[in-house]
Amino acid sequence: MTQLLSVSNLRVGFGRKPEDNEIVHGVSFDLAAGETLAIVGESGSGKSVTALSVNRLVDFGGGRILDGSIQFTRENGSTLDLAAAGEQELTKIRGGEIGMIFQEPMTSLNPVLTIGEQIEESFRLHRGLTGKQAREAAKDALDRVRIPDAARRLKYCPHQLSGGMLQRVMIATALSCNPRLLIADEPTTALDVTVQAQIMALLAELKRETGMGMIFITHDIGLVAGIADKVMVMQNGEAVEQGPLDAVLDAPQHPYTKHLLSAVPHFEAGRATRTDYRRADAPSAAPALKVEGLTVRFPVTGGLLRRQTGAVHAVDGVDFDLMPGETLGIVGESGSGKSTTARAILGLVEPTRGTFSANTNGAARQSGKPVQMVFQNPYASLNPRLRVDSILAEPVMAAGGELNGETHARMRMLLDRVGLPENALQRYPHEFSGGQRQRLCIARALMLNPSVVVLDEAVSALDVSVQAKVLELLVDLQREFGLAYLFVSHDMAVVERIAHRIAVVYAGQIVEIGDAASVLSDPKHAYTKRLISAVPSVDRRKETFEVDTRQVPSLVRPLGFEPEPANWQSFGPDHMARAEA
Amino acid sequence: MQLLRAIFSHSSGRIGGAIVGLYIIIAILGLLGITPHDPLMQFRVDRLHAPDATYWMGTDLFGRDVASRLMLGISQSFIVAFASVALAAVAGIVLGLAAAWFGGWWDGTIMRFMDVLLAFPAILLALLIIAIVGPGTWTSVMAIAIVYTPIFTRVVRGPALSLKTRDFVDAARTFGSSRNYILTRHLMLNLVAPLTVQVTLALAWGLLTEAGLSFLGLGTQPPASSLGLMLADSRNLMEMAPWLLIFPGIAIMIGILGFNLLGDALRDILDPRTRRSVA
Repeated sequence: MTQLLSVSNLRVGFGRKPEDNEIVHGVSFDLAAGETLAIVGESGSGKSVTALSVNRLVDFGGGRILDGSIQFTRENGSTLDLAAAGEQELTKIRGGEIGMIFQEPMTSLNPVLTIGEQIEESFRLHRGLTGKQAREAAKDALDRVRIPDAARRLKYCPHQLSGGMLQRVMIATALSCNPRLLIADEPTTALDVTVQAQIMALLAELKRETGMGMIFITHDIGLVAGIADKVMVMQNGEAVEQGPLDAVLDAPQHPYTKHLLSAVPHFEAGRATRTDYRRADAPSAAPALKVEGLTVRFPVTGGLLRRQTGAVHAVDGVDFDLMPGETLGIVGESGSGKSTTARAILGLVEPTRGTFSANTNGAARQSGKPVQMVFQNPYASLNPRLRVDSILAEPVMAAGGELNGETHARMRMLLDRVGLPENALQRYPHEFSGGQRQRLCIARALMLNPSVVVLDEAVSALDVSVQAKVLELLVDLQREFGLAYLFVSHDMAVVERIAHRIAVVYAGQIVEIGDAASVLSDPKHAYTKRLISAVPSVDRRKETFEVDTRQVPSLVRPLGFEPEPANWQSFGPDHMARAEA
Repeated sequence: MQLLRAIFSHSSGRIGGAIVGLYIIIAILGLLGITPHDPLMQFRVDRLHAPDATYWMGTDLFGRDVASRLMLGISQSFIVAFASVALAAVAGIVLGLAAAWFGGWWDGTIMRFMDVLLAFPAILLALLIIAIVGPGTWTSVMAIAIVYTPIFTRVVRGPALSLKTRDFVDAARTFGSSRNYILTRHLMLNLVAPLTVQVTLALAWGLLTEAGLSFLGLGTQPPASSLGLMLADSRNLMEMAPWLLIFPGIAIMIGILGFNLLGDALRDILDPRTRRSVA
């Protein structure tokens, strides 16, 4: 293999005095043509700055390369030091020989131009194509990234395409001039897991076709297993470990790499599920929450008179029940209706139809709402102007309770249970870290001694190591208070660790429900299979994901549309899947 | 206390705070009648007397002491400004919260009505209201309050709309918190900062509008004193007795400058985006 890029002792600083504010401290790596280097690290580790230094986009962010060289082998075989190259040369190389994909496809495209115009621009600039030729080339580029019906999509504006489609458009643009090096900066972080798998598959396939080198930046060490040849782990601006993929993942040398590998929950296809609760052991207990035929529809209006022309079927006939002490994981992609289900149960959205009954579970429960919720974002779900004691008192006051010694005792008890000091009561939310705030939210949800707690992506916004601790806390609290959890998440690895049962939601309907181990190890519905095969994992090395261009069906239905009643097929004692048409 | 310390460590806040503090002291003294002379007493022999040790700012056409009348005028102007801004703030908070919380028809009706009010120039609208109900101190309070209500309504409605969709409001609803509790604890408490800034700036405009109305003879009625009234009286004697014009003019200018500086400082201090640079 021929050498493509050789970076040695790269140092980058920011600000007016870049020497005093060094972000990247002497990073070196090599990349051959056709190879993929994954740069892994947490936010702030300097991984993006390192990659942006290669095409010198870092200059536009206020950065300066202080030292080191970036030897890039050009198409004609000559080498060029990018660290010292002038802006004119760089303009030719950017887009022409080095392509780039960004994290957020929604904001990387101009919303007022059609995607056709934006791809054509690249062909016009770098290849000198005009008019019809450029249009043809743009269509070919979209075909290449497997966008179905490419000729028609060229006339679409960015808002008419989904996130996955837009990321494909970005890749098409980046590849328009057959770059020899592609820099991908967290290209799938903003996307759903099945879409992420599609993009990863596409990148792997394109790399094979074109023989380009790739630098792939990610914070998710599970993701690199499928695509990278070499891995570089960065921490605080230094490359703490680098080497071939297998060596780094199987025999990590540096403690930070070990920490990264152990902190991330790995998806183990049903082998890591909890075994502390079985439905069969408590067959006669009354369910803590029973949901029947829950339906949420939002009207769609159109025409001159704004008459209702249809409805978005956000949740369509969802049934499940939840036993005390049990966790039901609800998994699905964004827009599948999993959060709407949770919000409808809490009364935040008005359900169109359906009943749900929550069991208060004996006289010991305080009056109040038996279902409580913990939200995704701990920074937004606490009023910044209220002290913690007021925050914790709110549910009690709302339930008509009084602020007496008993309430204070419960506050202190719960703070202690969630692992916060007693003096936290006199402090404000901004004095706590994200993980601590989420603990506060959990304590607040438990103030009324609920029987069911709805956790809507409750750990998704936390760092991986904090995530693990909060999950542990949730499991402990569940045992202690006999809580039933409704755990809504898109993260299969997290759900695997906390759920006893799993419901898979797709397009507003439950397509498969059952015992967690059984659903994850032996999925029956086609969508569940797709979802599970898309989860990246350290164990899934060099796995070739299948390029799949199916889109989620539209949830907008004409007025009066009713879905056909579900036809359930049973697979074992506690495992059902919807029969497919 | 913390706010006061922050104001005095802010460069323009120090000046603005000092001016406003001084004016408030003068206004209180004026109200209590602790003035160099009786502001209504006419010293016939010393008519249009130039400023000296006895009459610090001279006397007017009727021989009344300008310094004493100025103190009374400042307290009069402050009462009108504070009362009208307080009324406008309360009305604006109620209307803005109602528009944001109920949305739909309420929002449309309230905000369109506020747009109509905003479309008129402030003085013109105040003139219209006074033309309907007749001149006087309390009608000018009403007029100024109505003129500034739309501004408070907008200042409240915007943030309230975004606060309403925040997770902590949703969380409060899941506990079953009452509407009034959510409105006061979750919405109002987070609106304190923008409202404080708005009240301070509105006081400056209130002062100016009151002076304008009195100048036109539609605000405070003689023999009571007000800054605008003193300016109006000085018009014909400008060349003969310039002190009649200069002192009330400077008093208005410095007062408005003080409130504006204080408002700017409060905005810097209370805005979380700039808070760090000050602290």
